[in-house]
Amino acid sequence: MADSILRVSDIHKSFGALKASDGITLDLRQGEIHALIGPNGAGKSTLIKQIAGGLRPDSGSVTFLDQDVTRHSVAERARLGLARTFQISALAMDLTVLENAVLGAIGQRGSVFSFFRPAMKNAGLLSQARAALAQVGLEEDEATITAELSHGQRRQLEVAVALTLAPKAFLMDEPMAGMGAEGSKALTRFLQELKHQAPILLVEHDMDAIFACADRISVLVYGKIIATGSVDDIRANPDVRTAYLGEEDAA
Amino acid sequence: MSTILLIEQILNGLQFGVMLFLMAAGLTLIFGVMGLINLAHGSLYMIGAFAAAAVAGWSGNFLLALIASLIAAAIFGVIVEMTVIRRLYKRDHLDQVLATFALILIFSEATRWTFGSFPLFLDIPAVLKGTVILPGGIEYSLYRLTIILIGLAVALGLYLLISKTRVGMRIRAGENDREMIGALGVDISVLYTMVFALGAALAGLSGALVGAIQSVEVGMGEPVLILAFVVIVIGGIGSIRGALAGAILVGLTDTLGRTLLPVLFSSFMDGSAATTVGSALASMLIYILMAGVLIFKPTGLFGSA
Amino acid sequence: MIREGTLNIVILCLLVAVPAYAYVMNEPFTITLATRAVIFALAGVGLNLALGQGGLVSFGHAAYFGMGGYAMGILASHAQNYDPIFDGAFLIEGTNSMPVIWVVAVVSSALLALLIGALSLRTSGVYFIMVTLAFGQMFYYFAISWPAYGGEDGLSIYVRNQFPGLNTLDPIQFFGICFAILCLVLLFVDRLNKSPFGLALNGAHQNEERARTVGINVYKLRLVAFVISGAITGLAGALFADLNRFVSPTMFSWAISGEIMIFIILGGVARLFGPVVGAAVYILLEHFLGGLSDYWFIYLGAILLGMVLFAKGGIIGKLAKKETHHGG
Ligand SMILES: Nc1ncnc2c1ncn2[C@@H]1O[C@H](COP(=O)(O)OP(=O)(O)OP(=O)(O)O)[C@@H](O)[C@H]1O
Ligand SMILES: [Mg+2]
Repeated sequence: MADSILRVSDIHKSFGALKASDGITLDLRQGEIHALIGPNGAGKSTLIKQIAGGLRPDSGSVTFLDQDVTRHSVAERARLGLARTFQISALAMDLTVLENAVLGAIGQRGSVFSFFRPAMKNAGLLSQARAALAQVGLEEDEATITAELSHGQRRQLEVAVALTLAPKAFLMDEPMAGMGAEGSKALTRFLQELKHQAPILLVEHDMDAIFACADRISVLVYGKIIATGSVDDIRANPDVRTAYLGEEDAA
Repeated sequence: MSTILLIEQILNGLQFGVMLFLMAAGLTLIFGVMGLINLAHGSLYMIGAFAAAAVAGWSGNFLLALIASLIAAAIFGVIVEMTVIRRLYKRDHLDQVLATFALILIFSEATRWTFGSFPLFLDIPAVLKGTVILPGGIEYSLYRLTIILIGLAVALGLYLLISKTRVGMRIRAGENDREMIGALGVDISVLYTMVFALGAALAGLSGALVGAIQSVEVGMGEPVLILAFVVIVIGGIGSIRGALAGAILVGLTDTLGRTLLPVLFSSFMDGSAATTVGSALASMLIYILMAGVLIFKPTGLFGSA
Repeated sequence: MIREGTLNIVILCLLVAVPAYAYVMNEPFTITLATRAVIFALAGVGLNLALGQGGLVSFGHAAYFGMGGYAMGILASHAQNYDPIFDGAFLIEGTNSMPVIWVVAVVSSALLALLIGALSLRTSGVYFIMVTLAFGQMFYYFAISWPAYGGEDGLSIYVRNQFPGLNTLDPIQFFGICFAILCLVLLFVDRLNKSPFGLALNGAHQNEERARTVGINVYKLRLVAFVISGAITGLAGALFADLNRFVSPTMFSWAISGEIMIFIILGGVARLFGPVVGAAVYILLEHFLGGLSDYWFIYLGAILLGMVLFAKGGIIGKLAKKETHHGG
């Protein structure tokens, strides 16, 4: 597929007898939100980890920007522009909001090994970090210590750090978890704009949010994708209804 | 080198390894169950040796001395666990290292204060003096052979304890899931104290057994502690089986290296230089072994990823 | 509570005032004590970069301290015996010039840290502690069993090495040299901590996963920090050897690694001046408690234990708030 930015081909991963990924193939195309849904323990986070590089698949491949990155480390993939947010916030809690964002800019620019100019006086790094904070609406809080942020603000900061990476694709693992109705509505709107900047592979349990913003949905059950399609396709798919939406009794 | 001498060295290596196992088993068990790194384990080794030397000096009975070493180390273990160690389970490794390092300072100085700076001597009991003839006509120290047997018996005992008993089941549950064991209705703090005391007793026993071959002195515990760390890194942390394999490997490598390397080097160097290079290299051999394991299997031979 | 920056200046002033007073009162022994404190502080500043900023609990920094010491011992002993170190295709001679010795000490301990770090950083957590401790011990045994440079007995150097334009045998001048080096290194480490490198190192300490996901090669980052850390401690080792005019395998022993760590804990982990305060307090304790009792390590142990259990943050943590340096 010409416009597919990210492609996962026939990925297998087992933990002992448990097949967490059982031949998964999917792709992420320019300009879309591709939602990945599935019951708890279906293997969604495990798949995201393999795409991001934190976990090596037993077999299969990951292609990003027409490059086989299956053997690339997390850091190498990130430098190519694969940005990720975590199911459980992973931030440097004792640093300020701005410092966390600057950390992203340092990684993106590959300026880790510059030893003398203070990072927090480097105009380039600062403007890159502040632009990302402004985009998620955290610019007022840049001096706050991250540990003091509310849960929702941390989720925003996760996205902001991802934005500093000049991303070519986003992997987001439950960005709306614990956000509250208002917050998750706002984030949904935000993601709909963000997808034009870079496509988003979105793992989410909030079905309203997904039906509102996803362009395509893939359903993962027991390590297998049982259906991929538009919102309407998925809503209408009887397999999905029995396997996931849990409506076999109602049908 | 004659075969007989080689076999004797292999047995010495085995004896050394078995003794390291007694140390490493306790350390690895404590780490596996409580997630604690205990630098003061060497102090418990020293306490065992001093208790044995003191009791042997007073009663003249070696068996009594061994029992004293077990009891003294276990008692100190319980006291330390209840006053200091249990405050450390939830702390990070740096705090654990520092607090247990502080315990080393306290124990070492307190021992020096009690017993003085001169080494004590613990005699091998009369019944275990001398040598035995092994199959194949090899003459070997009866006492060292006894250490090997005791060590292997302890290994077997630990294996049975952990895989076959209720306490062992709880220990395994504790290793896998600290929350779950609470749900089982086990009083965790009692279990932790027991495990710590068990590890302490093993260290004490090992100190007493070695005390009869070497001298009993302040500071005797830390070199052994560091060797036990090497054993654990090689074997894989938290694994008793790994501790046994690592201990034997380290014991054999060190002992044989010290005998064989100078001989090996003398085949292409002149005598005194060969001895120098050979023995300097031999003193580094187990660390080189450890480096090799780190390169090929950073989680240790029996460790899980 | 006072500002950490103000406190640091007070500390530096005290560190100069004590030997200056001793110089006026003609008490060379006190100057030597102050010199020891400065050298220990330097060793601690080195370790603090790895341990405080990087979260790398190295229990083997005696290896670099000893390496620096032996760099001095070997170069100076060849110089004093007029015996070249290597005489073959080319000639390497010993030297008694401090600057040359420092360069050799820094380079050799950096190389050693590169080797040990490259292996140890493949592990993390408790493994890292045990592995660094073990590698440190390896050099201790090596130094004991290698007879060329004194083996177990160590090496004595009869005359202190030279620094152009100064009389290094004069305690106050030697103190001046050590103090100047400490100040330069503090300046260097301060800049390092604030640089992108330092921020990345700190970020990776707080959340390794985060550092990776922004594209930072955490292994390489830590290895570089570890090498710089080892090099600084190695420089301290060379000065320590020069202070005593003696090196022995004891410089490699695990107890030295523990002591360097104590300086940091007493003063305050990840504080620029933590090891400076810690080393000074350590020397004071050693001097006064050691005068009271032969068994002063009991008290030291009790103090250390108390600090770990009840007073995290060290002395600087009690006196000053943590400075946050954001945007400007
Ligand atoms: N490192 C691991 N070792 C063993 N099993 C694992 C590991 N990681 C995940 N699993 C198992 O793999 C399965 C899939 O887990 P995963 O976290 O990918 O699910 P998920 O779809 O993200 O669930 P959730 O919706 O709850 O986040 C689960 O049964 C989990 O227990
Ligand atoms: Mg998940």
